[in-house]
Amino acid sequence: MSILVNRDSKLITIGLTGKQGTFHTLQSRDYGTNVVGGVTPGKGGMIHEGIPVFNSTFQAVNETGANVAMIFVPPKFAADSILESIDAGVELIVAITEGIPINDMIKVRAALSRSNSRLIGPNCPGIITPGECKVGIMPGHIHMPGNVGVISRSGTLTYEAVYQLTQRDIGQSTCVGIGGDPVNGTSFIDCLDLFEKDPDTEAVIMIGEIGGNAETQAAKWIKDNMNKPVVSFIAGASAPKGKRMGHAGAIISGGDDTAEAKFKVLEQCGVTIARSPAELGEKLASVL
Amino acid sequence: MNIHEYQAKALMKDFNISVLDGGVAKTPEDAVRVAKDLGGNIWVVKAQIHAGGRGKGGGVKLAKSLDEVEQHAKDIIGMQLITHQTGPEGKKVNQVLVEEGCDIEHEYYVGIVLDRDTGLPTMMASREGGVNIEEVAHETPEKIIKAAIDPSTGFTPYIGRKLAFGIGLEGDTMKKCVKFLQGLYNLYISKDCSVAEINPLVVTKQGEVIALDAKLNFDDNALFRHPDIEELRDHTEESAQELEAGKYGLSYISLDGNIGCLVNGAGLAMGTMDIIKIYGGEPANFLDVGGGATKETVEKAFSIILEDKNVKAILVNIFGGIMKCDIIAEGIIAAAKSLSLSVPLIVRLEGTNVSLGKKLLAESGLAITAADDLADAAKKAVEAAKGA
Repeated sequence: MSILVNRDSKLITIGLTGKQGTFHTLQSRDYGTNVVGGVTPGKGGMIHEGIPVFNSTFQAVNETGANVAMIFVPPKFAADSILESIDAGVELIVAITEGIPINDMIKVRAALSRSNSRLIGPNCPGIITPGECKVGIMPGHIHMPGNVGVISRSGTLTYEAVYQLTQRDIGQSTCVGIGGDPVNGTSFIDCLDLFEKDPDTEAVIMIGEIGGNAETQAAKWIKDNMNKPVVSFIAGASAPKGKRMGHAGAIISGGDDTAEAKFKVLEQCGVTIARSPAELGEKLASVL
Repeated sequence: MNIHEYQAKALMKDFNISVLDGGVAKTPEDAVRVAKDLGGNIWVVKAQIHAGGRGKGGGVKLAKSLDEVEQHAKDIIGMQLITHQTGPEGKKVNQVLVEEGCDIEHEYYVGIVLDRDTGLPTMMASREGGVNIEEVAHETPEKIIKAAIDPSTGFTPYIGRKLAFGIGLEGDTMKKCVKFLQGLYNLYISKDCSVAEINPLVVTKQGEVIALDAKLNFDDNALFRHPDIEELRDHTEESAQELEAGKYGLSYISLDGNIGCLVNGAGLAMGTMDIIKIYGGEPANFLDVGGGATKETVEKAFSIILEDKNVKAILVNIFGGIMKCDIIAEGIIAAAKSLSLSVPLIVRLEGTNVSLGKKLLAESGLAITAADDLADAAKKAVEAAKGA
């Protein structure tokens, strides 16, 4: 088992015919993901790399039965594509796009709350259930099927954690990148809840960052609701206050959103913390 | 992106938010001219820098004559103003805002920011204005009244009344405050602000509701739809290296240490800085080359890192996903040759096309220290920087 995506997932890519959309969709298909179509308005009817292209997400969903959409649309138009996917009833929307305006995401969040769709991202590497389904830009070959769930705000730092696990012969159930923006679709707690309920996940790695209090809330949730062991690293202990570290959400604004404050709360809530990103694999092995 | 107080107030006027009359001046003579044009017999001379706490640092002064306006402007223009937000080196003041004075009855605080928990813009107001609002929020949170605003309904008058009554306003003043908040919300949404903060908002002895100070920040991701805001950018307020890096799609922040870092991904870049510290070193910078880097941008990244003369070693940490290791390797080789690299270079490559990248580096004949993993890379970089 796994969470959110598996071998039965049917994927469409919004923005399929663009350079990035094409490259990563083919990578996902090569990995074994069931890619059933793509959307590029105005190019409906054509076949792109063997994949049927539709003018709208509605059409793509109606004709292919797709239940997962991967968004590769530039930031100016990405919110529109997410809203269209919500309206078309796509169950899981994965937005890779970086740089979507916050006010656009606020509208998206409002639309999500009135729907049954789930959004992962934006500004994220996507989601992968090793050996079954890859929806995103992560390198597939570093993963291996297994029983550790991974959740992260950062892309390449997730790869680092996964790599350390695989090096130790510890496989992963599902790895989710929730993205580095201040307003996103799926939270740490949403994923922790899913992993807690997933019979094939035995432990979880949670990788956070400075800024906001998502990790603090997750820590409290873990204490009250979670029976499976969680290992966590917070990036940015060395970051100065008031400087935005690449991600829109990674900035220390008050005193409660530093790495140190988050490590402290996590530890108090029974989470095993890794002070160094190089210790994630080792720490996870210690709790299994 | 930040703008100056005088620019924020000009924008606010467009949204019918009441501010004091004033004008910006780059010389003491200009300051006197602005004061004369404003008329009256009391003025305030305010340093224009992108930082709060200017008053405490001596950057805001009251003038009771034109001579005093001139003297204050002389003192403030060109000064290195140090506040709790500028860092110990302070910021050079290039211009002042000269404003008419007013009779203050009471100082309040109002602001709009994104509440990350709810994902909604949230309006806040407090009777405790003119002071460090973060302290108020921390020590007496009950003194801050908040209202989240649903994007589908937007600001409606009851939200304004909740805040205005909440901070103790009544009658006509309460109504003026509601109108003020309506204008501030309109500005916040239509210009894609990330922060709109008025501290203090004052009620005058005549019962007027006026913004005495104004801080507006804008969502960088939304600047593409606001060329008018982009034009307000003051390049002297931003680091030249950070701006240069931005042109190439690189995210660069200069720090105090001596180990240059070149990493892909913001999280891994922070993680790399963190692990350098764990092994006793100090990072010289944060640098995320992003997912779309080319040979040329990697070369540029090296030249930006090397502009910092403190750099004694460079650590390259790449976990290829979108980014391919061979592209990074080509960039490293090109940079080492064109910049005649003289500091030790430690390279850790993993992920997409890793064997090709390692092969290119091995065949280049460059003196590169290869690292097996993240910890090994950090240890070697710290040793190299100490040995240099």
